[in-house]
Amino acid sequence: MYDGWKIIIGIIIFLGLIAFPFYYDMGKATVTPDPKIDTPEIMKLPESERKCIEPKDYMKREHMQMLDDWRDWVVRDGSTIFIASDGKQYTMSLQNTCMKCHSNKKEFCDECHNYTAVSPYCWDCHIEPKESES
Amino acid sequence: MSINRREFLKIAGISTVLGIGGITAGAGLRKNAVEASSVMRRPDALTGKRWAIVVNLSKLKDEETIKRIAEACHREHNVPHIDYKNHEIKWLWPEKFEHAFPEQEDEYLAEEIKHSYVPLLCNHCDNPPCVRVCPTQATFKRADGIVMMDMHRCIGCRFCMAACPYGARSFNYKDPRKLDPKVEKNPEFPLRMKGVVEKCTLCYERLANGLEPACVKESNGGLIFGDLDDPHSEVRKVLEEHYSIRRKPELGTKPSVYYILG
Repeated sequence: MYDGWKIIIGIIIFLGLIAFPFYYDMGKATVTPDPKIDTPEIMKLPESERKCIEPKDYMKREHMQMLDDWRDWVVRDGSTIFIASDGKQYTMSLQNTCMKCHSNKKEFCDECHNYTAVSPYCWDCHIEPKESES
Repeated sequence: MSINRREFLKIAGISTVLGIGGITAGAGLRKNAVEASSVMRRPDALTGKRWAIVVNLSKLKDEETIKRIAEACHREHNVPHIDYKNHEIKWLWPEKFEHAFPEQEDEYLAEEIKHSYVPLLCNHCDNPPCVRVCPTQATFKRADGIVMMDMHRCIGCRFCMAACPYGARSFNYKDPRKLDPKVEKNPEFPLRMKGVVEKCTLCYERLANGLEPACVKESNGGLIFGDLDDPHSEVRKVLEEHYSIRRKPELGTKPSVYYILG
């Protein structure tokens, strides 16, 4: 092999660079996101009513799709009431329905969004609930 | 292993069918997730075919009253106050009669009318030129006649501002969130972001809750709101009894805001 050492050094440098993110993060504990749902508004509700408009599992997986549907239904079709699968009715509004219970944007929304490095642009326009700095 | 042309085509065909079938089946499964839920309007929501506003100029002619109404509208919808004229955002605003109706030029127009003020707002045209030019359908006409803005879709190209013959649209040159931070925001209504066009939406959010538009409520009868399509509505009665004018009707936009002189 001509210039074998050059190639080998090149390969080592290449592997070092490629693996950089892995050994940079090595040993650092990853904090699993833990969105809090113990806001005063939710705790005020009786135990039996302490649930979201759809099952928790579904909300975790599909809330973004649901919000997208909601905005089209409200802004474009003019319907404002959402009838959930259990028959209960809710006003479709991020600011006036979701965030009334989930009044902790930082611990609820941002917790997972930061972890997964997504930055939805909801709050460019919508007003987040006032949070006490803690 | 060799493969002949016939076998290759067979395999390719079968895998295409399976692939397309799989995607369709997957999409079907996804949709079923919210099968049980549905949407509806509030039973007390105001519904119409062609919403309109009639402005009674005998009750609204001084600048102060119109400014008060504009203030109520802008407070309701978190419209920022900007002093710099080129950047200002307005959903409803006062304008001199001779500027609002330049085609009504009359050498001997009564001084009182000539220098009086009229409230201007989006005309919610029946044939809106802004909707025709919008490349993303961010502005569109609803079934009840409201020319709506979907801020989620606006890309800020400003074609609609060029198309609107009434100057009813304003562009957010600055992030409205950073302007007048001391002013208390209406927490029920969103703001806008930098780079979108906004205008009067005829208070679609109030109509959905069974309330009349904020300007109509504030005007004490100076503005009359109703459905042009309903022959028994108040707006139709008022229009039958009075001579009315509209802004630039010769353009064929069929504006839905009427002005009666008294």
